[in-house]
Amino acid sequence: MSDLFAKFDPIIELRETLLASGQTDPFNLVMERVESPTVAICNGKRTILLGTYNYMGMTFDPDVVAAGKQALDDYGSGTTGSRVLNGTYAGHKACEEALKDFYGMDHAMVFSTGYQANLGIISTIAGKEDYIILDIDSHASIYDGCALGNAQIVPFRHNDIEALDKRLKRLPPEAGKLVVLEGVYSMLGDIAPLKEMVAVSKDAGAMVLVDEAHSMGFIGEHGRGVAEAQGVIDDVDFIIGTFSKSVGTVGGFCVSNHPKFEILRLVCRPYVFTASLPPSVVATAATSIRKLMDSADKRAHLWENSKRLHAGLRQFGFTLGTDEPQSAIIAVIMPDLEKGAAMWEALLNEGLYVNLARPPATPAGMTLLRCSLCALHTEDQVGEILGMFAAAGRATGCIS
Amino acid sequence: MSDRSQTLAKVLDLIAPLNKKGVAVTEATRFAQDLEWDSLTVLDFVATIEDEFDVIITMNMQAEIETVGQLVDALGKLQA
Repeated sequence: MSDLFAKFDPIIELRETLLASGQTDPFNLVMERVESPTVAICNGKRTILLGTYNYMGMTFDPDVVAAGKQALDDYGSGTTGSRVLNGTYAGHKACEEALKDFYGMDHAMVFSTGYQANLGIISTIAGKEDYIILDIDSHASIYDGCALGNAQIVPFRHNDIEALDKRLKRLPPEAGKLVVLEGVYSMLGDIAPLKEMVAVSKDAGAMVLVDEAHSMGFIGEHGRGVAEAQGVIDDVDFIIGTFSKSVGTVGGFCVSNHPKFEILRLVCRPYVFTASLPPSVVATAATSIRKLMDSADKRAHLWENSKRLHAGLRQFGFTLGTDEPQSAIIAVIMPDLEKGAAMWEALLNEGLYVNLARPPATPAGMTLLRCSLCALHTEDQVGEILGMFAAAGRATGCIS
Repeated sequence: MSDRSQTLAKVLDLIAPLNKKGVAVTEATRFAQDLEWDSLTVLDFVATIEDEFDVIITMNMQAEIETVGQLVDALGKLQA
């Protein structure tokens, strides 16, 4: 009998080698208590959270928490059903209304996770004769959406407007085309040139889908994302987003002005063949989304945090993913996995949690320490964070 | 030269600068196993081929192409 797990041997070995050196497992951390959006207790130690995507710090918002408790009392712990059968409650509709108001769009569809939103929309709307043109650095959920469907997949070099344009022009003019872009690319924290990319896509007769998972609530005047900030949101056909970042719970969605959008509720398998979100989750999401509409001060503070961390880390001599801060993600590029894991552990010992990211999630085989800031990080906390980076960087020899 | 041998010659020209291992390349040479290209090198190479021949090689097609000869055949079909 051949062992089906033999294919995992290389990764098992990589992991064992890393852990044999005495390194703490960076993918097995437990948050024993969570005190706030910015502080948790890990290994009995107070730890500042700098790797949670909790950009707007909504997870402990009193109104959000109260809405969830109320929904638990009123509707119970779960729906035990698909959105198209017994799984649509008043709360799910209210959540979709909140999204329509937030984006100023005609239609909104809530999925059980952001991953499923990409999986469902991409695999359903692009058929066998159609083309999906996507950035090579797209998120796994976008690639998996392509794999679940059967469209022709055409990748282009990351953020390269000319590469996108050339490929669009080579495709049959009459063929159906879906261009898939992200507002913020989460590994390096860089943003897409959506203004130009949406324009060349529209010129080629393509529909455009933008995943704004890492920009919602923060980027753009109303927090609608990079497409809003660059003035092209009206030309974007589908926006995909998530509740598990700025919104502060779990779930995913797609908003659109397409007149036939509602039919997707019947034909999109990752929407139909799964249970809907629990009532408490959609209640917290709807409350949070409505509060995010009016959060200009928090957005401004988050930008300040991002700028300060970026400038400070740069001054210490760290190599960063972008020359300027473009989002709430600051990626520190590590020379290799061993050094990255050592630095990650040194930061944790200082009392700071960041994400260790490595291939295949990262582009170009990079190892990254990915920092995501929160609007609720105080000035003092950002100062503390910089101090910890300096100490850990020197202790591991990452900076001199 | 026939169209096919012209295509092959051009493909070999484009492989050369990326052939870091100095492998003797024939039509039977496999990109992943013999040239040991990683995914980034493949991306660069595909983009160069696409621009040179003014075609699109979708990821669906790439999955079927293992050898230099198969690439030349695919380019022949795409340009027909």
